[in-house]
Amino acid sequence: MEYFAIIIGAIFVNNVVLAQFLGICPFLGVSSKVETSMGMGAAVTFVMALSSVVVWLIQTYILAPLGIEFMQTIVFILVIAALVQMVEIVLKKVSPSLYQALGIFLPLITTNCAVLGVALLMVQKEYGLLEGLVYSVSTALGFAIALVLFAGMRERLEFEEVPKAFEGVPIALITAALLAMAFMGFSGLV
Amino acid sequence: MESSLKNMVLVLFTITLLSSAAVGGVYLITKEPIAQAKEAAVNNALKQVLPEFEATTKQTIEVNALPIVAHTATVADKAVGYAIESISKNGFGGAVRLMVGFDTEGNIVNINVLEQKETPGLGTKMADEGNALHTSLVGKNAGKVNLTVKKDGGDIDALTAATISSRAYAEAVAVAYEAFKVACGWQSAAGDVATGASKQEQKGGQNE
Amino acid sequence: MSNNRLSLVWKGLIKENPTFVLVLGMCPTLGTTTSAINGLGMGVATMAVLIMSNIVIAMIKNLIPDKVRIPAFIVVIASFVTVIEMLMQAYVPSLYAALGVFIPLIVVNCIILGRAEAFASKNGVLDSALDGVGIGLGFTLSLTVIGAVREILGSGSVFGLSLGISDFMPLVFVLAPGAFLVLGFLMVLFNKYLKK
Repeated sequence: MEYFAIIIGAIFVNNVVLAQFLGICPFLGVSSKVETSMGMGAAVTFVMALSSVVVWLIQTYILAPLGIEFMQTIVFILVIAALVQMVEIVLKKVSPSLYQALGIFLPLITTNCAVLGVALLMVQKEYGLLEGLVYSVSTALGFAIALVLFAGMRERLEFEEVPKAFEGVPIALITAALLAMAFMGFSGLV
Repeated sequence: MESSLKNMVLVLFTITLLSSAAVGGVYLITKEPIAQAKEAAVNNALKQVLPEFEATTKQTIEVNALPIVAHTATVADKAVGYAIESISKNGFGGAVRLMVGFDTEGNIVNINVLEQKETPGLGTKMADEGNALHTSLVGKNAGKVNLTVKKDGGDIDALTAATISSRAYAEAVAVAYEAFKVACGWQSAAGDVATGASKQEQKGGQNE
Repeated sequence: MSNNRLSLVWKGLIKENPTFVLVLGMCPTLGTTTSAINGLGMGVATMAVLIMSNIVIAMIKNLIPDKVRIPAFIVVIASFVTVIEMLMQAYVPSLYAALGVFIPLIVVNCIILGRAEAFASKNGVLDSALDGVGIGLGFTLSLTVIGAVREILGSGSVFGLSLGISDFMPLVFVLAPGAFLVLGFLMVLFNKYLKK
């Protein structure tokens, strides 16, 4: 039941993009096509799951025992950056086809604040390893869902005539506002 | 500079070392002020929720498996009131921490919101002057009222459109009362408080 | 020359405004602007990190091998963020609590790494500092304006001062959709009137 609450909460109620405003850059940047946004979503899910486990281990077995939690930010971002690099190298060697699909998104993920944000929030919420993993995967799924939905809307938007001043980012933001409003309907679910 | 392996490792190592030293230094400098700021916040809250007192002693009491800090305020070594740093983890945006002050009979003297991450304009009203939650609790004897919101059959007025935040607040007050009963010696161990926020889930469907 | 330096600061406010023109650092822009004060606080914290990291990176740029440039920058930025985090915790605890997780997330604010890469790694210390001031001011100003608009529309007050109209204001502007909406419409106004 508890896991269920975490999952629903992270995907719908507190959607990482539409309610917590994390990962907005890729949300606006790589969401013009449904296909690319699916790739991005998959890459983020993969990295987030991996980084949440590593970060949890580091927090529990290194930072907390030494009492140097204040180094969190520095350590976490370095771990995530190194992890992304490693995933890229391993993927290239092991599965070139998967690398073809996800490769171009990987470098972008280091600066996706959703990844670092989830790592920090997970520690802040004092989740255990499994809870943390469930939380981060559901958050990433929430990210992917928001991204794909948004991309679908933007694909349609391309054929519409938009006043000049609204072109590009502004109309995307207003579309996002409507999507966020729709997601507000989920509040109270958990 | 040239990107030889030796150079790269050396430079990165030096930068990391220097930055950690700098961060560690600042940590040592700010450690004291951070502790002071936290203590000042607690002391300030104590003054607001308790009748006049000379000294306080504190102890930790476990309620719902959470450590709750209870301050006993004394005048000339006689207890005049109790302030409980209570918490509910079931707020809309995370934990809600309250400082609840009781007199020796269990009457609620005052309630101060120590920490909340609720939605601005909705749940955050719990920290405003004269909000519904606060006014429906202060002055009441915690043992004689039902410490849940009216929607759940209790005696507490909820904040408009912020049911989850209100339930968390009510839960924290109920937790505080359990801790109070131990602190003033009525009971030897605290009973558990049913977590209103999670129990009422199915009924829910309310915003926040 | 001095005119040049002034324009370095000026360009961050309008021509290269990080929020409305470059569309960088959107997460804190949307996430922390529930009130004018929060927007201002976030802007100033980001500006402080930006100026300091720009200065340090401009100083050490010749000592860093090209291939490890980015990791080195990240370490420098992350250190300053941690310093700011601890200082805020010590001296402005309530603002620190209000901004929450967005303070450590300054590390991944694209503006800071972007300026380090695009400006500080190619220019002198003074110019880099001024660039940080300009972009930082632009960011702070944008965040404060967005925060003020959302606060007025959503809770009928500005900088915490009630305007006495709070009962008539649609709360949605303080909530998530309002953030997107206000930013979108402000960007339209910016495009129409200021970006020539």
